[in-house]
Amino acid sequence: MNSRSNVGWTVIGVIAAVVLAALWAAPLLWALSTALRPELETVSSDFHWLPQTWTLDAFARTLAAGNLVRWLFNSFLVALLVTVITMAISLMAAYAFSQLRFRGRSLLFGIAMLSFLLPFEALLVPLFRTMHQLGLINSYAGIVLPQVVAPVVIYVFKQFFDEIPADFREAATMDGAGPLRVLWSVYLPISGNIVWAMAIVTFIAAWNNFLWPFIIVTSNDMMTIPLGLTQTYDAFGVRYAQLMAAALLGAMPVALAYVAFQRRVTQGFLAASGLKG
Amino acid sequence: MRPNDLVLGSARREGLPATVLLAPFVFAFLLFFLVPAGITFWMSLTESSLTRTNAFVGLANYHTLLNDPSFWDSVLNTFYFALLTVVPLTVLGLVMALLVNRFARVQGWLQGVFFLPFVLPISVMTLIADWMLQPSSGVINHILGGQRPWLADPYWALPAVAIGTVWWTVGFNMLLFLAGLRNIPADLYEAAALDGARGFTLFRNITWPALRPVATTALILQIIASLKVFGQTYILTSGGPFNTTRVTLHYMYETAFTQSDAGYAAAIAMAFVTIVILLSVLQAGIVRWLARRDV
Repeated sequence: MNSRSNVGWTVIGVIAAVVLAALWAAPLLWALSTALRPELETVSSDFHWLPQTWTLDAFARTLAAGNLVRWLFNSFLVALLVTVITMAISLMAAYAFSQLRFRGRSLLFGIAMLSFLLPFEALLVPLFRTMHQLGLINSYAGIVLPQVVAPVVIYVFKQFFDEIPADFREAATMDGAGPLRVLWSVYLPISGNIVWAMAIVTFIAAWNNFLWPFIIVTSNDMMTIPLGLTQTYDAFGVRYAQLMAAALLGAMPVALAYVAFQRRVTQGFLAASGLKG
Repeated sequence: MRPNDLVLGSARREGLPATVLLAPFVFAFLLFFLVPAGITFWMSLTESSLTRTNAFVGLANYHTLLNDPSFWDSVLNTFYFALLTVVPLTVLGLVMALLVNRFARVQGWLQGVFFLPFVLPISVMTLIADWMLQPSSGVINHILGGQRPWLADPYWALPAVAIGTVWWTVGFNMLLFLAGLRNIPADLYEAAALDGARGFTLFRNITWPALRPVATTALILQIIASLKVFGQTYILTSGGPFNTTRVTLHYMYETAFTQSDAGYAAAIAMAFVTIVILLSVLQAGIVRWLARRDV
């Protein structure tokens, strides 16, 4: 009886796994199948699951027309700058919060953490105004700067630093090393894993950020991929093979990053949500 | 020397390095977070355009807000979207995690398939959804028959966006549950199996109690994320048809950036923040109440 019910659960599990996996893979596979067709086939009343004529034409046209390459470049530059700056200021702040004694430490940390409660979305109007006054609309600095405030990252690093035995720091301090030096040559090397994980997650989040670039960028040349892809109807018209090619090209960099660093990405997202992987 | 002097002494010695290390963060935090947060509140008490403040009007914006049917419609649309997404995202996330955990041989593949959409830009999801839901040559209508214009249909537009959102973001919840599952010691199951427990009994008595804190985290994060919906509806439907998909953040965006009524938009933002915080607190309370009753 018992073993029969276990077999039953396994069968249900296999069916559920196959159905869900198929449903979750289908949209991307369908996009690929569409992107590999000649444009005429996408609007033909004859329905086929696979292209009748296989062609890379849509990819070639997408790359040649419009601004896709420029948007990819912008996204890459913005995500890289956001990641490097966020890591630098968050590591320094987390080290101070975790290892140094100074007046107002818990108050400042508390205020920074309270900001979890306030969604970024509520700040759009004054942020836009500030950027307007600084003359940073349609600039890389304007896109990057508000994204480098990441209390979550500081929280994760502080948790990690808190667990490193104090002897490490004391030994280095005895040798007369200043805090920046201790952070750089003692703490950073043993924090490699978590720093990489948070860096990759920050990169992906910055690459995918839609809302802020949407507010701060109006010029087509300064758009990042998530924003640019919403302009593709203007660039390519309603040509679904090309639209799907654009979508897949825009998805490629982050998809590859995920496949290459699956473990780290997983670890990073878990750490950012307050859970350990 | 009293022990306190030691602490104060080191505080004095480490105050300067701490200032140096914290300066970049504090500067960015003030400029791009704390000050804008203060300005949002101040602006909500003024009559302002996008670039200049004209007059202090006290609570007038809030008075308008309470009597503005467009605002309340947008709140209802947001709640409806949350209703359509929170439960499926949490339940499916749990089911996916159980499946990934159960089938060890294909774990990497299965997890990859479920999680990949989450790392893609929002507009990749919307482009594909728009193509699949296309009335005449979309694959959904081919499978179901008919020519329903899903995204232009007042009844179907928001559920369609919700389904796209579930596909796009469920991987994150799966990840949370998976982490929870992996923290359950295997010997708990072995001991229970020796006692003859199987299948659902194991889930009810071991898996679910261990996962409850994770489920709480997932639910809170999910409700907040769903309330903050904007991109999906903005890109796929522009708030239409007949404003049936215009959510609160969309209404705030239009008020600020299309109508250039920044003071009123700030009041909408304040109301939005209040709603988000109230709901999080309320939900935390409900979860605690349920936990006490051991559900």
